[in-house]
Amino acid sequence: MKFVDEFRDPELGRALSGEILSLVEPGRHYKLMEVCGGHTHSIYKYGVDDLLPANVELVHGPGCPVCVIPMGRVDDGIALAHEDGVIFTCFGDMMRVPGSQGSLLEAKAAGADIRMVYSPLDALRIAKQNPDREVIFFAIGFETTAPSTALTLKRARAEAVPNFSVMCSHVTIVPPLRALLESPDLRLDGFIGPGHVSTVVGARPFEFIPADYGKPIAIAGFEPLDILQAIVMILRQLADGRCEVENQYTRVVPYEGNLRALEVMAEVFELRPHFEWRGLGFISHSGLRLSEAYADLDAERRFDVPGVRVADPKACQCGEVLKGVIKPWECKVFGTACTPERPIGTCMVSSEGACAAYYNYGRFAREREVV
Amino acid sequence: MSNPATVSEREQKILGIIETARGKRAKFRDSHITMAHGAGGKATQTLIEGLFVPAFASATLGAMADAGTVEIDGIELALTTDSYVVKPLRFPGGSIGELAVNGTVNDLAVSGARPLALSLSLVLEEGLSAEDLRAEVQAIADTARAAGVEIIAGDTKVVERGHADGMYVCTTGIGRRDPRATLSPSALAPGDRILLSGSIGEHGTAIMLARNEFELDASIESDTCSLWPAVDALLDAVGPDLRCLRDATRGGVASVLNELARASSVAMIVREGDVPVHPAVAGAAEILGIDPMYVANEGKLVAFVAPESAEQALRALRNVNGCEQAAEIGEVRTTPSGMVLVQTSFGGRRVMDQLVGDPLPRIC
Repeated sequence: MKFVDEFRDPELGRALSGEILSLVEPGRHYKLMEVCGGHTHSIYKYGVDDLLPANVELVHGPGCPVCVIPMGRVDDGIALAHEDGVIFTCFGDMMRVPGSQGSLLEAKAAGADIRMVYSPLDALRIAKQNPDREVIFFAIGFETTAPSTALTLKRARAEAVPNFSVMCSHVTIVPPLRALLESPDLRLDGFIGPGHVSTVVGARPFEFIPADYGKPIAIAGFEPLDILQAIVMILRQLADGRCEVENQYTRVVPYEGNLRALEVMAEVFELRPHFEWRGLGFISHSGLRLSEAYADLDAERRFDVPGVRVADPKACQCGEVLKGVIKPWECKVFGTACTPERPIGTCMVSSEGACAAYYNYGRFAREREVV
Repeated sequence: MSNPATVSEREQKILGIIETARGKRAKFRDSHITMAHGAGGKATQTLIEGLFVPAFASATLGAMADAGTVEIDGIELALTTDSYVVKPLRFPGGSIGELAVNGTVNDLAVSGARPLALSLSLVLEEGLSAEDLRAEVQAIADTARAAGVEIIAGDTKVVERGHADGMYVCTTGIGRRDPRATLSPSALAPGDRILLSGSIGEHGTAIMLARNEFELDASIESDTCSLWPAVDALLDAVGPDLRCLRDATRGGVASVLNELARASSVAMIVREGDVPVHPAVAGAAEILGIDPMYVANEGKLVAFVAPESAEQALRALRNVNGCEQAAEIGEVRTTPSGMVLVQTSFGGRRVMDQLVGDPLPRIC
């Protein structure tokens, strides 16, 4: 594919891999966190970690938008989906995320009208096609998807669609990163910054990472060469003793972000005082809800939402896994109470989460040998 | 995931627990049937291994081949059955009627049996237009003739409007086991080569696009066709060196490879760059965030061949009409046992796992 294959050139990959090797000090172990689930996916899909020296380790971060949704929120969604006359819509990969009583996929099998959509606009279209039904869109995601929800809400308002509402579970990227960085036991050397989120928020919001915490960050695209190049940038900062925000993804990410998108978000959303993250607990000002101006389109106000909080099991140590303090297999519940079939924490929920990856591929990841 | 080489005692213990859990026979514990149970991945396997196989306690069924065998007076007959519930009924490159014939013919063919005859059951929805029915009956007749099988028994039921998507078709096929074939899912040996009969992902992609949920346009046609000519050519060329055949339908090539890696307790390594994929399929998969290796085919087989006969088998395959793009895509190894690994075009390696549920598109 033109304009895609160029970013997957194996020869350039080998060159970058060699550059990485020349930048690392042999006795030192490097832990770099890729913040975004999209990066985790690319690293897995192309086998990027296979091209890194043994002392450069990638730690999967908190940026998988479906995995961070807590059980209670999934339960609330399922409760809404079971309301009479409701069509509940959400993104495909959200359907598998377990609540305390199963997933949306299972609720669909049990009779709820739950439909997968590709865009919030599809949900709005379903609302217009079914005027006698209430259509709810389960809005999830970081700043990447929030603008499209905001635009859809503006359109619903403009077109006066009375039977459309949004259950807003959008989250923001900076608070969980700050929470991670605040912890005294953090063992990370640098960050691969989230490319998609940055197309909206820009590079500026990440300045606190080098300024306040002394860690380098390189915002990266999602092709394998992007990721390798970002790793080179971070390692070079470490080698030079520099520490700053660098932008590898300049072909898409402007330093100031997308001002139009930020404007629309500011109009439609406001910060929640706090929001619960699966595995990470409550984080202040980390979630979005609809602003007063859009309160009538807020599903949580239009319907009775149980709002039950289901505590993450005490034994779950996702937080420590994310911070790089422990390995998946060092968690107390790993492999016993917490498995890919019955996941507890965010790291096991996503097939690309650190724990699920270790559970499924640990043997291979360990030996790295095919005989 | 690149780790220092030492494995602690605790990690070793955890790896042991995982291995034990993996080795256990799948249990069917779900409270309801979900779409994942029909997707051909892990959930389907739970249903088959956890419910059906133990209930029917048949050794033939337990072998989990594409067709079962009955022996009558020294003649081995293969029997298989399949239901077709595709939506829409007609799609670029084919229709439900063509699928219903080719799908069942192919299950016989990859079992090493020459397809002889089919039965045909129709479940029709009240209100189905006679024109649509007539078209499908014609399609069934034409496809059966092309595949050299006769329709020799049938049944019709009509259900109320809303209880079937226009029509469901079920066919049962009977074939005669070919004496040249010594195929078994557990016959794979390290060193065996993996051949693919052509480009992948066309049927599944054509159906997805025909449903028009994505507002994508591309000229992709279903690959539905009879695989008997390909099987016949392979048996002729390399006979006993052919270890096993599978048609890569639901769950795609990835599911077939995983199933057989487990059945034969071997590892496999696939070279991603050698897997033929039509550019339009690759493009659609890229946009939808789906891996073509997991997308359904209706006219592609995977063949495992002893290394010394691989070239000959490939040459024979490429001479078959429709298999010109056949390729050797990888080989069988020893460890890690039960795992399928991919050498990516980019130069890395990764595990190509069994599908957990329906392939759901990613949001980002």
